[in-house]
Amino acid sequence: MSGTLIETLGESLYLPQTARIRDVRPITAMEKLFTLELPSGLTLDHNPGQFIELSVLGVGEAPISISSSPSRSNGTFELCVRRAGDVTGALHRMAAGQVVGVRGPFGRGFPIERFRGKDILFAPGGLGLAPLRSLINQVLDERGKYGRVTILYGAKHPSELLFKDELAAWKERGDVELHVTVDRPDENWTGNVGVITTLFARAQVYARNTVAVTCGPPVMYRFVLMELVGKGIPDGNIYLSFERRMKCGVGKCGHCQINHIYTCQSGPVFSYAEIKGVQEAL
Amino acid sequence: MSLRVISMDAMGRFVASSRSEYRVVGPKPLHGQYIFGDVESPDDLHLNYTQTVIPPKKYLFPQREELLRFKSGDGEIEPVFDAPPTILLGLHTCDLHAIRLLDRVFSSGHVDQHYRRRRDNTLVISIECLRPCSRHSFCKSMGTLSATDAFDLHLTDLGAEYTVDVGSEAGEALLAKHAKTRRATDDDYQRLNTALAQKWPHFPYRLDFDVSELPSLMRTSYNSPLWKDLGERCLACGSCTNVCPTCYCFNVQDEVDFALSAGRRVRIWDSCQLDEFATIAGGHNFRKTRAERQRHRFLRKGQYQTDAFGLLGCVGCGRCAQACLAHITPVDTFNTLHHERSGGAARPKGGAA
Repeated sequence: MSGTLIETLGESLYLPQTARIRDVRPITAMEKLFTLELPSGLTLDHNPGQFIELSVLGVGEAPISISSSPSRSNGTFELCVRRAGDVTGALHRMAAGQVVGVRGPFGRGFPIERFRGKDILFAPGGLGLAPLRSLINQVLDERGKYGRVTILYGAKHPSELLFKDELAAWKERGDVELHVTVDRPDENWTGNVGVITTLFARAQVYARNTVAVTCGPPVMYRFVLMELVGKGIPDGNIYLSFERRMKCGVGKCGHCQINHIYTCQSGPVFSYAEIKGVQEAL
Repeated sequence: MSLRVISMDAMGRFVASSRSEYRVVGPKPLHGQYIFGDVESPDDLHLNYTQTVIPPKKYLFPQREELLRFKSGDGEIEPVFDAPPTILLGLHTCDLHAIRLLDRVFSSGHVDQHYRRRRDNTLVISIECLRPCSRHSFCKSMGTLSATDAFDLHLTDLGAEYTVDVGSEAGEALLAKHAKTRRATDDDYQRLNTALAQKWPHFPYRLDFDVSELPSLMRTSYNSPLWKDLGERCLACGSCTNVCPTCYCFNVQDEVDFALSAGRRVRIWDSCQLDEFATIAGGHNFRKTRAERQRHRFLRKGQYQTDAFGLLGCVGCGRCAQACLAHITPVDTFNTLHHERSGGAARPKGGAA
């Protein structure tokens, strides 16, 4: 077999290819990072922001965002998965060497070519860092193509922070401004306390040349948008990645519809300008 | 293409002969209603039928359909295509219009091979509606009371004979192989045109506005108070979408055998009216209320599908009105929205008895 994974859907839209679990790394009590390898000859060929449909045969299939960047694909890709339902629960019980099914990549990722030369403000909340990590690492791997890079990351509790080693590395770099906050600290926490919006006062933004990228739990968007719009960032430069129940991934099953929009086809990444008047979006 | 004529007797022989090659499916009586089922013999033929409970879409998009089979362990997976050569016989034109929409949905963007395979192995024989088949239907208002170009053969009942409009080469070949027909004469054309002209007064217009206004009406009705009212009445049972010829939302589930050694992935009809349809794994429900879900359903029917596929998502069959225990009907819904906008008052029509 050779070519891209998406090309294998030519036989059936619903036919997954098997991928082998190369590595499983616990991240928090709820999340694990899975490194998957496609059969030889197949490439994922994804854009940051896209997702795949992950199968545990006999249990079912669920949409999972791709957490690794194309710049670090190396024949494998990573999924940061929270144990939240049947499929992800079964996946969490699996170990390196076992196989899962994958289809995709699906959807429209971030229009990264439009970000070149701009300052980028990332605002992930909670598990929202999982899909944004793909874009962040892509940007950092071609750092010279972008202006200032700022990351504002909020989590509920220090124990729920994802990718702590990478957070530390980003902090070390010197060319990334990183601010992290937690809603509830523990006794060892010495950093910021408060919801993610409390970080925005720290970010120095030249609005006209800034692209903002946010992803998080549904409740977060409204408040983050107020901050971003309040800073004067144009609606068309604010990008959001939405979570929906993308059951089929191919624009048929109806579960992911936001009014007339199939999230799995037109999203999951939207600019705020695109979905501003769409009432079911936010 | 050409117009042929077939006698009632020849029609029966046509069905019998076709069964050697095709699964023939048509309207059959069951418990005082009609359903689409296998036509085993010419005696099963009931082309002069009232509306079926479930539309014929179930033969193109079954309630439960195997997509994949797999074995656990080695990860062996194969797609399943179960597409026996089939003749769908006697479709009313609303159901024909619905198949035209389904064809576009499943052939646009990512082409759904499972639907396509069934569709490509299916011949559609529709029949002209000369009398209303349901007190809830409003096909005349929806522009679906005439055939559209999704048929292979289209019949019109002239009493002792049918005219047969040949819509495709496959239809022509089927006819040539299995049916004794004759070329239509001038007299046949005249009888056909008389039948077609005389049918229209028997069907009421039931929308209080022209259907071409429906998408724009829906576009301006998002915040109508009607949705709250429908939400309070709706039982969230999903009957409306289950009987709808144009609904195609589905869920996908895995089933495993007792030994857990093998299984299958199936798709089953789902409904946007059910509580958890838009709920994600984390528990957030993006369409929590019945009002929002009814609004979503009617916007799909009246606006979204037109925007996406160029065809209305409602064909006016009235099955959902028949099925709804809370008497929510598309006619009353659309008319109420129209009168809200134009400042008048809608007169509830329910089923035009």
